[in-house]
Amino acid sequence: MPAVSKGDGMRGLAVFISDIRNCKSKEAEIKRINKELANIRSKFKGDKALDGYSKKKYVCKLLFIFLLGHDIDFGHMEAVNLLSSNKYTEKQIGYLFISVLVNSNSDLISLINNAIKNDLSSRNPTFMNLALHCIANVGSREMAEAFAAEVPRILVAGDTMDSVKQSAALCLLRLNRTSPDLVPMGEWTTRVVHLLNDQHLGVVTAATSLITTLAQKSPEDFKTSVSLAVARLSRIVSSASTDLQDYTYYFVAAPWLSVKLLRLLQCYPPPEDGAIRGRLTECLETILNKAQEPPKSKKVQHSNAKNAVLFEAISLIIHHDSEPTLLVRACNQLGQFLQHRETNLRYLALESMCTLASSEFSHEAVKTHIETVINALKSERDVSVRQRAVDLLYAMCDRSNAKQIVAEMLSYLETADYSIREEIVLKVAILAEKYAVDYTWYVDTILNLIRFAGDYVSDEVWYRVIQIVINRDEVQGYAAKTVFEALQAPACHENLVKVGGYILGEFGNLIAGDSRSSPLIQFDLLHSKFHLCSVPTRALLLSAYIKFINLFPEVKGTIQEVLRSDSQLRNADVELQQRAVEYLRLSCIASTDILATVLEEMPPFPERESSILAKLKRKKGPGNLHLDLDENRKERSVNGGTADHSSTTSNAKAPMPPQASAVPVLRSAGPLFQVFASPTTSTDLLGLGSTIATQNSAPPASKGASLLVDVFSGNTAAFPVETPVAVGPVADENFSRFVCKNNGVLYENQLLQIGLKSEFRQNLGRMYVFFGNKTSTQFMNFAASVVCQDALQAQLNVHAKPADPTVDGGAQLQQILNIECVSDFVDAPVLNIQFRYGGTLQNIAVKLPITLNKFFQPTEMTSLDFFQRWKQLGAPQQEVQNIFKARHSMDIEVTKAKIMGFGAALLDGVDPNPFNFVGAGVIHTKTTQVGCLLRLEPNTQAQMYRLTLRTSRGTVSQRLCDLLSEQF
Amino acid sequence: SPGTVLETHCTRRQNISHIRFILIQNRAGKTRLAKWYMQFDDDEKQKLIEEVHAVVTVRDAKHTNFVEFRNFKIIYRRYAGLYFCICVDVTDNNLAYLEGIHNFVEVLNEYFHNVCELDLVFNFYKVYTVVDEMFLAGEIRETSQTKVLKQLLMLQSLE
Repeated sequence: MPAVSKGDGMRGLAVFISDIRNCKSKEAEIKRINKELANIRSKFKGDKALDGYSKKKYVCKLLFIFLLGHDIDFGHMEAVNLLSSNKYTEKQIGYLFISVLVNSNSDLISLINNAIKNDLSSRNPTFMNLALHCIANVGSREMAEAFAAEVPRILVAGDTMDSVKQSAALCLLRLNRTSPDLVPMGEWTTRVVHLLNDQHLGVVTAATSLITTLAQKSPEDFKTSVSLAVARLSRIVSSASTDLQDYTYYFVAAPWLSVKLLRLLQCYPPPEDGAIRGRLTECLETILNKAQEPPKSKKVQHSNAKNAVLFEAISLIIHHDSEPTLLVRACNQLGQFLQHRETNLRYLALESMCTLASSEFSHEAVKTHIETVINALKSERDVSVRQRAVDLLYAMCDRSNAKQIVAEMLSYLETADYSIREEIVLKVAILAEKYAVDYTWYVDTILNLIRFAGDYVSDEVWYRVIQIVINRDEVQGYAAKTVFEALQAPACHENLVKVGGYILGEFGNLIAGDSRSSPLIQFDLLHSKFHLCSVPTRALLLSAYIKFINLFPEVKGTIQEVLRSDSQLRNADVELQQRAVEYLRLSCIASTDILATVLEEMPPFPERESSILAKLKRKKGPGNLHLDLDENRKERSVNGGTADHSSTTSNAKAPMPPQASAVPVLRSAGPLFQVFASPTTSTDLLGLGSTIATQNSAPPASKGASLLVDVFSGNTAAFPVETPVAVGPVADENFSRFVCKNNGVLYENQLLQIGLKSEFRQNLGRMYVFFGNKTSTQFMNFAASVVCQDALQAQLNVHAKPADPTVDGGAQLQQILNIECVSDFVDAPVLNIQFRYGGTLQNIAVKLPITLNKFFQPTEMTSLDFFQRWKQLGAPQQEVQNIFKARHSMDIEVTKAKIMGFGAALLDGVDPNPFNFVGAGVIHTKTTQVGCLLRLEPNTQAQMYRLTLRTSRGTVSQRLCDLLSEQF
Repeated sequence: SPGTVLETHCTRRQNISHIRFILIQNRAGKTRLAKWYMQFDDDEKQKLIEEVHAVVTVRDAKHTNFVEFRNFKIIYRRYAGLYFCICVDVTDNNLAYLEGIHNFVEVLNEYFHNVCELDLVFNFYKVYTVVDEMFLAGEIRETSQTKVLKQLLMLQSLE
């Protein structure tokens, strides 16, 4: 066979590539490229028409330059010209250029589609394939529109060449994937299924992919493929290793096709027809048998190809989960692989066994391998293999082996890679809870987790242990004793202090009888950790102290003294200061009875799914497809983020770790509300899916705090207390600028710039908030959250997606807010930003320009309609009018733009007075739609406006009038 | 930024599995072939290229040929100084793609007579043709080396 020579046929290209390779520096390369670009540009612009060869050569050079990472802004036309060349090599370069530099230029798209059309109907298989490959590579909607009908026709036509059928099948698959709505099922479907019988195995290979994808979407339409696939598979599996000639790979018959057929069968349940089912079982047995035969070759290719089929067969066996014999055989086979010298096989065996463990038929068989798996955990050198071993141990765990597995995982944790520690912690926590026979073991396990890997114990884990201890009387005394002992260690993790503080605060009385853990000793122990802890933990400890005052009147004096110290009462942190002030006050003025009620033991938490489990699921969502997000993103913007709204709460906030961990404390102060104030929304903070828990955490905290302030208002004047939410004034300088526009800079100071970009559709919106760090120093502990206060809570849902906790110097952080308007509203939500810049905590609050008019949909109407409706909306409460002085010059075009930016349709020629402006639209909220009409009458002489709003709801009229009056 | 878009989770389980991209890179991280089977913008592509290089080059012979990559996995094999990487869904068949790579390399070797990195540089436009013969729309199109080479030689003979 002739070898391909360098740059064969295009000498100029080879020379150019050599030149680039010889460039000593990036600058030299750019210089050489610019020279070439100038040359090509002049050739393309020149008077002399270029011949096909030169055009091909230059287009190919441009492509090479593009692939080096440089932008190309010309040559598209020349590439398109190449498509209509009669020469293969020219056409090929043309198509390659188009496929790599997909261009949405509409003029070119029609030219390209035209060329493709010509090639598809050329009856030249080479040209047809080039065209089909181009469609398959680009897969744009325009192409789907143009060729969705033609491609299936080519695929099933009797006279189509085999290689064209292969391309057509996969081309159709691509179109179906990108624009399924444009590729409806048709008569071709049944004929496609019969391609599984095709003589040409390449056609079968391509067709199987297509059928699998289609069958996943509409299994009913492709049911007949099951029997055909089984028949085909059976023929391949039982063939002698030389039967399939071209398709035998290292003595394995058609391995890739076998894998694809086995995957197709995984779209369906086991065949109902006994004969087909028997034949399939036979196939699977044959595959399992072959694994036991001596290898036909020592080459790794042979065993890989063989095992590729074997693993897919095992997947099918697990998918059917109906043949106990096959399942146990599969498990035994995988068991052998667990000790194989090939790391790949050990890895895959662990992974595959993980799914086998969940089948009732093979669970016991999997368990017999426990020692091997534990050994893998200790000896494997590839962390990903160890990770699979952890997964498998987790999957095979049940009541019989839980103690062993948890112990092994705990001991592995001490040396485990940092990258997988958090996951192991979660798994241990879940297993310990799930299989706990006595809860003392559970408490010990969790405390060990904190001891071995405290940094990796997330809030969910320690929330959960507290939840369980509170709910189970029998373990409370043990828990108190154990944490008390654990806290004796000279250096203990802060998470242990949190658990200790909480549990002793609730149940310290259960061990106070022992003189070694008397109330004072307990208090001293906790307080000895106080100064080394972060603010949230200190806040928690302060709450434990007030609980102590209730539990142990004898230490009241000691604790009051601590609370009274300057370091508490004048603490720079508002949260700590507030707690100290309030708790001290509470302990002084409340009677014992009131104190006992306020600081009552926590009520049991409602039982529901462990939030840890939810977290693990999120961490390891099966088959998450984030690369697919392009499609998802589109879907979502159309639906306005419905998926996200499922978890939206009225006070949704981005998680703010410090406040989140302060939460249980405030929850413990919960009964206070019931005693002193009207009942407030009760929020369970521990049990929920953790995102919601953290999202919910801050608002009740602030609420609780402000209520506390109300209770003691007479005495707090001396120590001004700010709630953590509204820190400092809320900036709103730029607020009104956003009423009529959606993008721009919302806020700026020396450190930070906040930019907005938003889009609204009906009652939904999405806002992109850009936080720009103007300094060269990183912002730490960055957190931004949105608060809807008071009535707004029920009227507007704003859900902030979590953002990174750091913003590098000069960098920009983007946060997405999903917005839903529930009913009409007046106030605006507040964006609270907190971050640490060079050691000092920065708090910024900005009013977010989400205003009622954002949910406008413009409505066009005639003059007659307009005035008819105007009259209908004549009730006094429906109309709001404002007469005001112009603040800006009275420019007609600017006014028009503002009304349109406001969201209403600007109705031309409706008002008899041509100088007046009228507009109409509908405000969309979740609960209702409100039709709105507006009329603006300028009086240029007086420099005054009269603005009238008429809507079916008085509150809407008022709000819109206020908003719009500000604009002129 | 592209990263945030890609990191976002999407819990919908989807069985539709196919190749997301194929990359050939040398040890220094220079891309010798990049074939994308999904829409990415140029920044995202560059980011993916760099990330793949970072995860793959730190691994040695003791490691598996598979590495988790975001919510996907990379199946890769090293030939001399070149890494051949295929990004597929986590549920995909590792060994089938691993041998898919080898099958592709054997075809390149035959077509270019002992292929070396420079062949891929100077004949980059032909490498695309080889890829399209063997992989299309993110699926394995043709696995027979004989058939692929016959087709490539036929194309070679065309003007």
